[in-house]
Amino acid sequence: MAGTALPGRLTWQLADVVELAEETPRVRTLILRAPAWSGHLAGQHVDVRLTAEDGYQAERSYSVASAPEDELLALTVERLADGEVSPYLADELRPGDQLELRGPIDGYFVWQEPLGGPLLLLAGGSGIVPLRAILRHRAATGSSVPARLLYSVRSEEEIIYRSELDALAGDGVEVRYTLTRARPEGWRGHLGRIDDALLQQISWAPAERPLVYVCGPNGFVEQAASGLVRLGHDPLRVRTERFGPTGT
Amino acid sequence: MSFISRGFRGRRPEVDQARLPPGQYLTRDFPVLSAGPTPHTPLDQWSFAVRGAVDQPRSWRWSEFGALPNETVTVDIHCVTKWSKLDTSWTGVSIDTLLEGVQTEAAYVTAFCDGGYATNLPLADLTGGQAWIAFGFDGAPLEAEHGGPARLLVPHLYFWKSAKWVRGLELTVANEPGFWERYGYHDYGDPWREQRYQGD
Repeated sequence: MAGTALPGRLTWQLADVVELAEETPRVRTLILRAPAWSGHLAGQHVDVRLTAEDGYQAERSYSVASAPEDELLALTVERLADGEVSPYLADELRPGDQLELRGPIDGYFVWQEPLGGPLLLLAGGSGIVPLRAILRHRAATGSSVPARLLYSVRSEEEIIYRSELDALAGDGVEVRYTLTRARPEGWRGHLGRIDDALLQQISWAPAERPLVYVCGPNGFVEQAASGLVRLGHDPLRVRTERFGPTGT
Repeated sequence: MSFISRGFRGRRPEVDQARLPPGQYLTRDFPVLSAGPTPHTPLDQWSFAVRGAVDQPRSWRWSEFGALPNETVTVDIHCVTKWSKLDTSWTGVSIDTLLEGVQTEAAYVTAFCDGGYATNLPLADLTGGQAWIAFGFDGAPLEAEHGGPARLLVPHLYFWKSAKWVRGLELTVANEPGFWERYGYHDYGDPWREQRYQGD
């Protein structure tokens, strides 16, 4: 129930769907105007709540894709085949609809300039979303903290924000991709799942104490975070966010 | 007039709704969540401590801990990220066993862990058959990803309170916020009152 905002309380609020952007065949970005939004930090997420006519409700969390400096709030949603909320957001929602949300949530998986760097960002699939917010924030604030992104996806077609990421490269930012399934002809990026050898190749040395953000499906995050620890990185400099289907 | 999401029908869970707290959905997976890399402490370096505002600190090595009386319990668990998993089976040592005979003025507990994680709870929520240090899941040793070798199990609170890789309980007179509690999550975390975030 939307209500008067109390200090320190995250109240439900209505946002207007302004625009929908198809990122890949399975992923779209919802561009929202949220008049009651109090602002967020790069890397935070929101809770979305859907209500059916009979009052049944479903809630899920989504990373904020926009930078704090952006005028509109953006959420990027991957359609999960067996999902309940993501198919609605990715297929049913239209411009002019409203969406109920509250946030921002989580004060740990965030980056702000005073935290420094160098920044190592490791994304698996739609785990790119909060890391894109971090890179956008870095660019919007004119930060000179060096950043490297390694983005792991199954195939080139599944790269979200490709043109934006490629445009962000340079100016202290390195962007690399690794394809875990496809082997396209002429591909000049990396191939295969993330492993210790690839981590060693793309990361700063442990002595340079990179600040690391890892986001993606659990298998990816486990492999990347454990690999960094094996290579000698300080576990307290490795922040993780895991999502998605997992085994038991 | 409450808000309706145009065109949303939803998928009603195939369980007794009374077993799902508000805003939760049922999962058959066992999702993994944690703020950092998974620690892997060798068992010969593992110990479990009860310390802080107690008459006499106690500690057990892994072999000693395994020799304590244990219980197998079947409970429902509820994660603040919205998933709930029903009828999960855990084996562990009751906190009542670990605190037996302990003299304390404490009203709160900080569960501290490998990896720098900590969470705070009222002492009263850990006693009376409500909480365990679990080292077994579904009849097998608890996997590292899920908090092994041992995690706190407090099923009546959101699952971040069931701290993974737990290494001890620090009894405190005053309430001291833990890791997620300092990053905006609720201090107590009752899923039935949907206490996800500060102010809920």
